[in-house]
Amino acid sequence: MSEKKYSKKHEWVELEGDVATVGITAHAAKQLGDIVFTEVPDKGKKIEAGNEAAVVESVKAASDVYSPIGGEVVETNSSIVSDPSLVNKDPENAGWFFKIKVTNKSEIDTLMNKNDYEKYATENPN
Amino acid sequence: MGKKSLFMSQSAEKIQELKTALHSFHLSNGGKMVPFAGYEMPVQYLEGIMNEHKHVRLKAGIFDVSHMGQFSIKCDEKEYKKLEEIIPIDLSSLKMHQSKYSVLMNKNGGIDDDLIVTKVNDGLNIVLNAACKHNDVKRIHEVINQKNTKLHEDLSLIAFQGPKAASILETLVPGVKDLKFMNGNSYNYDNEKLFINRSGYTGEDGYEISLPNKLVEKFCKKLLEDKDVKLIGLGARDSLRLEAGLCLYGHDLDPKTTPIEGSLSWALSKKHKSERSFLGSEIVLKQIKDGTKKKRVGIKPEKIIAREGSKIFINNEEVGVITSGGFGPSVNGPIAMGYIKTEFAEVGKDVDLEVRGKKHRAKIHTLPFYKKSYVK
Repeated sequence: MSEKKYSKKHEWVELEGDVATVGITAHAAKQLGDIVFTEVPDKGKKIEAGNEAAVVESVKAASDVYSPIGGEVVETNSSIVSDPSLVNKDPENAGWFFKIKVTNKSEIDTLMNKNDYEKYATENPN
Repeated sequence: MGKKSLFMSQSAEKIQELKTALHSFHLSNGGKMVPFAGYEMPVQYLEGIMNEHKHVRLKAGIFDVSHMGQFSIKCDEKEYKKLEEIIPIDLSSLKMHQSKYSVLMNKNGGIDDDLIVTKVNDGLNIVLNAACKHNDVKRIHEVINQKNTKLHEDLSLIAFQGPKAASILETLVPGVKDLKFMNGNSYNYDNEKLFINRSGYTGEDGYEISLPNKLVEKFCKKLLEDKDVKLIGLGARDSLRLEAGLCLYGHDLDPKTTPIEGSLSWALSKKHKSERSFLGSEIVLKQIKDGTKKKRVGIKPEKIIAREGSKIFINNEEVGVITSGGFGPSVNGPIAMGYIKTEFAEVGKDVDLEVRGKKHRAKIHTLPFYKKSYVK
């Protein structure tokens, strides 16, 4: 399993073979506050890197979750649909959103590592 | 991730927001400040909207609503008639210290603001919405001599809401427990005058307390000494009022919407609804007689959260639009309000809401979503 990579739009990606798991960062989950609704993409959906893939809603706001990497959705997390608060409790593990069969693995190189992301998130709180 | 929020400033140009007297107090208590109606206000504190909302339903919470306009008119009965031409309530029948919800009308029968009027010894107190207050004052000056009025920038306004609000406030300001719902009176605290109204915007028992800017922080600190009291942000204020079925001006009501369309005919006095002419009355009275094309209703989505702007459909025909929508923490589900063609405005009616290009099931629902517990 490769190390987690992070996008400027506050998603994380973890690549295993040619399948990447995508979720929102702990920083993003904290900023959103209490998450009360999530919508995950349909299995089989093809998504380009940087495009809208899922939705997360707090009491006050709806936010799009973008896929930092392109490919075809092969699995979605039904646990966060039945219990959206799981995203707050464990955003970077059990609170994952979807798994995507990656078209072009090199796209992951454009993303930040944990240290760079943490620096970025401090400077760009929203 | 990309946020789409009511409370996020989308505009690139940075406007200098005004600050209330509690601004630094909010910051020191972890308030997350956002621009709202020209002011920098706390949308939430450290515990977040969900916990703050539930706290108000169970205990008691303080809201800073000092951005709202506190306007007073020194007048006697002779002036009532002029004011009633733009605010259609029966001021003569209003008892001393009694408050009433009403609207500021425009010539098209639309609502320029919604407001609360209280009869006091030397005239009337009116609480106005922050974004509308300067225009409201201008409108009122067209009928009432300016020199007899004042917009009180030296006063703060806090709402103190929740089932424990009365017993806690009573320990600081003896006598407030006897104040009836929708009544206001003057009290003393720390050698300063407070004007306290038993009312609110949460569906809970509670008070709105007007007090000098220089006293407000001290007063809040005193209230917060009780462990059942917390500071509550505008986020929870919005979810609480939506559960209570109350309108947010600029969203659920606006200058193009009449009180009849807004399901607010109860706010117009009998006198105004029958024979009395007032600004826009020819349109309003005709609507009372013949009905309206659209009407404000409560809407309960089955699963989806439908925000402001979501379209309402019945059998693929567009029949309305959501004007307020979100998640109701005490209802524990999505709730909304909106306008629908009057012929479909019946409780229990199935509708579809369009959210992100897909249709989702919902039902027309009675308002409020959450049972009020006002003290009568």
